[in-house]
Amino acid sequence: MALTTAPGPTRRDTGSVRPPAKRGAGRNRHGEGLAGYLFLSPWLLGLMAVTAIPMLLSLYLSFTNYDILTPLSEVEWVGLANYERMFTSDPSYWHAVQVTLKFALIAVPLKLAAALGVALLLNRAWRGVGLFRSLFYLPSLLGGSVALAIVWVSMFNRDGAFNSLLSLFGIEGKPWVNDPDWALQTLMVLAIWQFGAPMVIFLAGLKQVPTELYEAASVDGASKVSQFWNVTLPMLSPVIFFNLVLETINGFQGFTAAFVLSNGTGGPVDSTLMYTLNLYISGFTNLEMGYASAMAWVFLLAIAVITAIFFSTGRFWVHYSDGEDR
Amino acid sequence: MTATATTAATRPRAPRRAGRGQAVRLVILIAIVAVVLYPLFWMIGTSVKSQEEIVNNIGLLPETFTPGNYVDGWSNFDLSFGRFFLNSAMVSLLTVVGNAVSCLLAAYAFARLRFRLRGVWFAVMIGTLLLPGHVLIVPQYILFRSLGLVGGEWPYLPLLIPQFLATEAFFVFLMVQFMRGIPRELDEAAKIDGANAFGIFRHVILPLSRPALVTTAIFSFIWTWNDFFRQLVFLSDLEDYTVPVALTLFIDSTSQSAVGPMFAMSVLSLLPVFLFFLAFQRMLVEGINTSGLKG
Repeated sequence: MALTTAPGPTRRDTGSVRPPAKRGAGRNRHGEGLAGYLFLSPWLLGLMAVTAIPMLLSLYLSFTNYDILTPLSEVEWVGLANYERMFTSDPSYWHAVQVTLKFALIAVPLKLAAALGVALLLNRAWRGVGLFRSLFYLPSLLGGSVALAIVWVSMFNRDGAFNSLLSLFGIEGKPWVNDPDWALQTLMVLAIWQFGAPMVIFLAGLKQVPTELYEAASVDGASKVSQFWNVTLPMLSPVIFFNLVLETINGFQGFTAAFVLSNGTGGPVDSTLMYTLNLYISGFTNLEMGYASAMAWVFLLAIAVITAIFFSTGRFWVHYSDGEDR
Repeated sequence: MTATATTAATRPRAPRRAGRGQAVRLVILIAIVAVVLYPLFWMIGTSVKSQEEIVNNIGLLPETFTPGNYVDGWSNFDLSFGRFFLNSAMVSLLTVVGNAVSCLLAAYAFARLRFRLRGVWFAVMIGTLLLPGHVLIVPQYILFRSLGLVGGEWPYLPLLIPQFLATEAFFVFLMVQFMRGIPRELDEAAKIDGANAFGIFRHVILPLSRPALVTTAIFSFIWTWNDFFRQLVFLSDLEDYTVPVALTLFIDSTSQSAVGPMFAMSVLSLLPVFLFFLAFQRMLVEGINTSGLKG
């Protein structure tokens, strides 16, 4: 997984550092190797104690019926029972998968579209740009918090701001967050509202597009629309790819807002039962930690597979221009 | 910018149209800003509305200014929010220290030192960048609990230990990228002056890495301050609660009367993040650029 998920720069970076390594290695090469491991030791310890060992432990536990109450030494090996239950006899698991997919499939493209659209509007250097950019970015800083989730739920409740807006147009609203058909959508809107972070990345990408390309295109008589499709989008495709991978993975992990909306239950009628919330409920409410571990591993594999799919399809539509990296 | 300027030069009639286009663009942008910021203003407005107005007056501004919500919210539970703010501040600040120190050390090793398996470890580090924290929470909980650290004497250890072990790969990556921009000639010069790896770290890399350290500090403060999942899992006693966990207590208490205080405390809880935003907005916005793209 390590290699498949490595974002674009990695291979290039390790490559670009290596050449000077030979130069001046000379006499204290040995000392430097020691120093290297010394500086790396907190990270290595963390990798082992906080990442690798827990991962292996959870892999083992996923084949047991471990609940937190019985001691680790007395857990019972149940083979594939947890996985079987997940895939065959736990409707709420599949429901959570569907909710999560639906959330990611709708919210992520809309969020990226909003980010790109606003970035294109902002992509000119004039005095106000910095201010706008910051204001649009603000929701990305605040939006993941419990406080904002609370505000959001109130806003889409019966007496909330959204219904008052609708009433201006003579539409009678409803308590959206209590409606199983709409609760998840309010969370999608919250995610889209945080379009500022990918927008900033789009803006940086737009700056990299060589202006000569637009000049050449307009000399050839290309319209603004065709310039967008034939110059901007292809040149921006590495950035789109980056944002798409990042936001999809983030989208799958939505937890806080769903927890706040449903008070930790995934309701109304399981409509906001995101995968991570379901995992939390299994592990920490029902204390079925073996089962929750199995869920965690399937989640990890699913994310790895999706990332791998992104990277393998990426070469068909992501356009890397030579020398742009330097 | 240059795009407009140059196309304008090739097409004589463009300037006036560009002026009008600019105005339209500005109007659209202002409209979007209004929509985007509305929830924040609504939150602040609601936090100073009386209970009656919260239900009946759905406008932004209160008719009667009711700052009492802040007083009520502050002491709505058995412990005051002052306690929760202190807890949050402590966790966030210690996280900042842990991330800054441990990630800087790891980044220096990756960016500058030669040692066996460096490429492998670097690939592993990049791999952990995309590792969802939710995957690790169950086994981490079990391990920390078996060590007696969950709900232990000082219940924040499970939250803080990972932060002192450079597990936030994002910051390691960010610092590696930054350090690669520091000219190697400085290392070489220090080496000629007799500095070893530690000397170079102390006298060259550390002082020059300040911008990356500041970015790391700001982001780790904000992320920890806003984090909910880990704090929810690891903190179980009211006296240990951080602000986000305490805020969820408002949801449990279903009584309508708590809405004003709930909003007041929500506003207060966002205040530190907002102040950081005001102070460091340029750095924040640029920070995500350097991390992701400028390889």
